[in-house]
Amino acid sequence: MAELLGFPPQVLFGQLLIGLINGSFYALLSLGLAIIFGLLNIINFAHGAQYMLGAFVAWFGLKFFGVNYWVALILAPLVVAAIGIAIEKTLLRRLYKEDHLYGLLLTFGLALIIEGSFVHFFGVSGQPYSVPAALQGGNNLGFMFLPTYRAWIIVASLVVCFGTWYMIERTKLGAYLRAGTENPKLLQAFGINVPLLITLTYGYGVALAAFAGVLAAPIYSVSPVMGSNILIVVFAVVVIGGMGSIMGAVVTGLLMGLIEGLTKVFYPEASTTVIFLVMIVVLLVRPAGLFGKEA
Amino acid sequence: MTTQVLKNSAVEKGMSKTKMGFMLLLLIGLVAPYAIYPVFLMKVLCFALFACAFNLMLGYAGLLSFGHAAFLATGGYITGYAVMEMGVTPEIGILIGVIASAAMGFVFGKLAIRRQGIYFAMITLALAQLVFFLYVQAPFTGGENGLQGIPRGNLFGVISLKGNLPMYYFVLAIFVIGFTIIHRAIHSPFGQILKAIRENEPRAISLGYDVDKYKLVAFVLSAALAGLAGSTKSLVFQLASLTDANWHMSGEVILMTLLGGVGTIFGPVVGAATVVTLQNYLSQGPLSSWVPVILGLIFVVCVLLFRSGIVGEIKKFTKKNFN
Repeated sequence: MAELLGFPPQVLFGQLLIGLINGSFYALLSLGLAIIFGLLNIINFAHGAQYMLGAFVAWFGLKFFGVNYWVALILAPLVVAAIGIAIEKTLLRRLYKEDHLYGLLLTFGLALIIEGSFVHFFGVSGQPYSVPAALQGGNNLGFMFLPTYRAWIIVASLVVCFGTWYMIERTKLGAYLRAGTENPKLLQAFGINVPLLITLTYGYGVALAAFAGVLAAPIYSVSPVMGSNILIVVFAVVVIGGMGSIMGAVVTGLLMGLIEGLTKVFYPEASTTVIFLVMIVVLLVRPAGLFGKEA
Repeated sequence: MTTQVLKNSAVEKGMSKTKMGFMLLLLIGLVAPYAIYPVFLMKVLCFALFACAFNLMLGYAGLLSFGHAAFLATGGYITGYAVMEMGVTPEIGILIGVIASAAMGFVFGKLAIRRQGIYFAMITLALAQLVFFLYVQAPFTGGENGLQGIPRGNLFGVISLKGNLPMYYFVLAIFVIGFTIIHRAIHSPFGQILKAIRENEPRAISLGYDVDKYKLVAFVLSAALAGLAGSTKSLVFQLASLTDANWHMSGEVILMTLLGGVGTIFGPVVGAATVVTLQNYLSQGPLSSWVPVILGLIFVVCVLLFRSGIVGEIKKFTKKNFN
């Protein structure tokens, strides 16, 4: 087959696929951050730790209780969301009246605690988690080989992202959420239980992170530091996209994954830094972010 | 009229209290190396300066930078490189390191002040991570090994800094200079305007101040002083490594400042001394692998229970009971 842009198509499409997969994770994580930020006005620094927790719950479940991948995909987000809700109810709640930076600092401290404890017990090297039987193997598409599990990641995260978008933009619950983002006091005056809404929103955002963690478990090894590595990149993605829109977060996440993949083909040295460079360019050209409202 | 006089005397009293505190600290600093291991003291002083530089941003301009590790590391690497490869004397090496950090601070500042609040923190964190990856790959930083065996050299080409005692007094002198600069900056009209921006930015703008310019100057000053701390640290330990550039370091300096007292002049010094002592003490014991967890716990406790920090709480306590 002919070369594309001077590269064998297998290499180009292979890296684009990896980029799309990373982009799926960026999308899921930045979506969770954006939802939490919308209502709580805090940046959840523990998001990476909660992503890691999701992967570890799946790993624990399989190793000690024989819980398979499909059950873990539902169970792990619920478990981690429960932990998140406990954190919101006992700790975060005390800070809503203070400067929003304290929420960032509190969740940063929590991230250190969670990550540090796991490093203590498991070290920094990863634990293996095998791909479920139904998703093993792959298809030859002619121009490239597509492993089934990787295709599944993209499909699953897109479904969850669009489901979230639908829920927020098209349902009554979503309307409450959007109203709460605009004006929580007025919403409460209409008889909506806003504190409960806040708790559930935090739980849902955290569940998204844990879901991403379970998806990631079979392709990246399950390691205590997997969350902090990805979180800073996701922060850059969030700055690029702006946290104003749900679709913005998803599209920016996927786009940045693709750009990262392309960079790996054309200039591998810059693949770790390209997203930060894009962030700089966006800040110079459009400081509010690609999808952000002028603030 | 009377209240004005009272206020003035209070201000004078406040000033003299700071002066007295500073004199006391200086006295302790001068005799300390005869009682405590000088290398440990130098570590405390370097981190104290680092935290003071950070506090200038958070405490007085209300800007939370999550990327100060980049300046600490830049100071260290550039000074280390200058001393090792260009063979300059330590004071010139430090000067080059500080200029490099200030230049990086200018770039960071220019970009980050385009956004406010939480975005500001995320942008500085992302930029610092960019710098981290650059230092991993750059040929002059020695990658994972870092720069090892940086010579302390002869100050002004004459005074040997090889011994820990002369090195200590050199570090103390640098700390005093850095601390004085920060103190002067805070108590100048410039510092007042920074506080005004922190309290009410739209109002400062409406009064005609070019807010972005003030923020930028504060950022550059803070970066330069953080670089000064990093430069000095690289000479003390004869090492510049990726640990300094890691985002954990940016978190640590926030913790030091928060624990000591954000927006107080001595808070960061107290916080840095506490955290460094704790780390040194714990790293030898059975709890060594729990250090990050313990730091995280302190973070959570500080944020939830005493947001004014050690010095802030003492201030509150004396105000309540002795005024």
